[in-house]
Amino acid sequence: MADEVKLYAVAGSPFVCRAKIALNIKGIKYENLEQDLRNKSAELIKYNPVHKKVPVLVHNGNAISESLVIVEYIDDVWKGVPILPQDPYEKAVARFWAKFIDDKCIPAIFKAFPQGNEQTDAEALEQLQILENELKVKGTKFFGGDNINLVDIAAGFIAYWLGVIQEAAGKELVTKEKFPKLTVWADDFVNFEVVKEVLPPRENLLGFFKKRFGKA
Amino acid sequence: MAGSEVVLLDTWISLFGMRVRIALAEKDVHFERREEDLTNKSSLLLQMNPVHKKVPVLIHDGKPICESNIIVQYIDETWQNNSPPLLPSDPYLKAQARFWADFIDKKIYDAGTRIWRRKGEEQEIAKKEFMDWMKVLEGQLGENSYLMGKSFGYVDIAMVPFYCWFYALEKIGNISIEKEFPKLVAWAKRCMERESVSKTLPDPHKVYEYALELMKKIG
Repeated sequence: MADEVKLYAVAGSPFVCRAKIALNIKGIKYENLEQDLRNKSAELIKYNPVHKKVPVLVHNGNAISESLVIVEYIDDVWKGVPILPQDPYEKAVARFWAKFIDDKCIPAIFKAFPQGNEQTDAEALEQLQILENELKVKGTKFFGGDNINLVDIAAGFIAYWLGVIQEAAGKELVTKEKFPKLTVWADDFVNFEVVKEVLPPRENLLGFFKKRFGKA
Repeated sequence: MAGSEVVLLDTWISLFGMRVRIALAEKDVHFERREEDLTNKSSLLLQMNPVHKKVPVLIHDGKPICESNIIVQYIDETWQNNSPPLLPSDPYLKAQARFWADFIDKKIYDAGTRIWRRKGEEQEIAKKEFMDWMKVLEGQLGENSYLMGKSFGYVDIAMVPFYCWFYALEKIGNISIEKEFPKLVAWAKRCMERESVSKTLPDPHKVYEYALELMKKIG
């Protein structure tokens, strides 16, 4: 019996993109169902009644919500290229960094843009410096080593969306000089085949954020 | 896992530390518990959790694991031969369990904490949000014995430490959790029948005293 895989999505969402990268890593064919979040569909509400957000993965009628939960689910169900390490300790470390990115990095970045202040800027820089140090200590191409893992996927926002946000806001906080490792990592990440294939077009994102920041 | 050293850096009041203690007890893992003074953090804590400098930290054979839900999953995966299993083995049910633990953190713990940490309008907002989210959780419980159905596990462990705060929240927030959510309170009492839970959760009156003292300090 063929698998039925549907993804309730919004093209520009970094969280949706996490699910798309994971599905692409495993080579899974799915139906992409683009949503209008200002006018939520009955299906979206049915499949994610608690949060009513995207992404939602529906696999043979079973709905899974929350991007990192979805990525782990994809890794659990479909074997092939692994997204999480096998070893329980390494797995815990990967989960730690993915959570750090969601709980600390991304909110700090959103507070610092488009305007922010000295405090928000310092906070964003501090969190990103922690990631920069982690990359330095690891000394590998990706957080996952030679291949991308859960952490790289979680950090996709920093690799791709952050640059767009900085350009749209006309404010450069994260520079190559201050974050040499993250800069190289970001470039490697967005050019990694399974990622490149699913990233939304940059011009679309730029337009979206310029409008959101009132700078269009 | 004979001969392995397990140390838990913790505080008596930390809900997150309680999760870990319950999980370790469920798996019958022997561990050394060290009470941290968060106003004077030990060098071990700073070394083992340099990013957040928070408890709980589980140190297994010298290697640190941080973030309570991540630690509980680590315990389940490492001591997988010890019953009971804390997470379901089916990938879809496992994903549901992870979803609900995440929900408990982001919604219930967050709103619940704001009930006693905030005043006036902000407190009223927190109370409403807390009640809304508790209603959702009670919906998930339904007629089941535990939050994921028949067996005690990961989601119950994520939520049950909060039970020791119900008394404090009721007094401070002037709400009645037992009246509004009888099924959830029945669930909590059912969990308290397990030694792992009853021996871990502190006396609710002590928790209330603690909250009052902190509220005085915050002003």
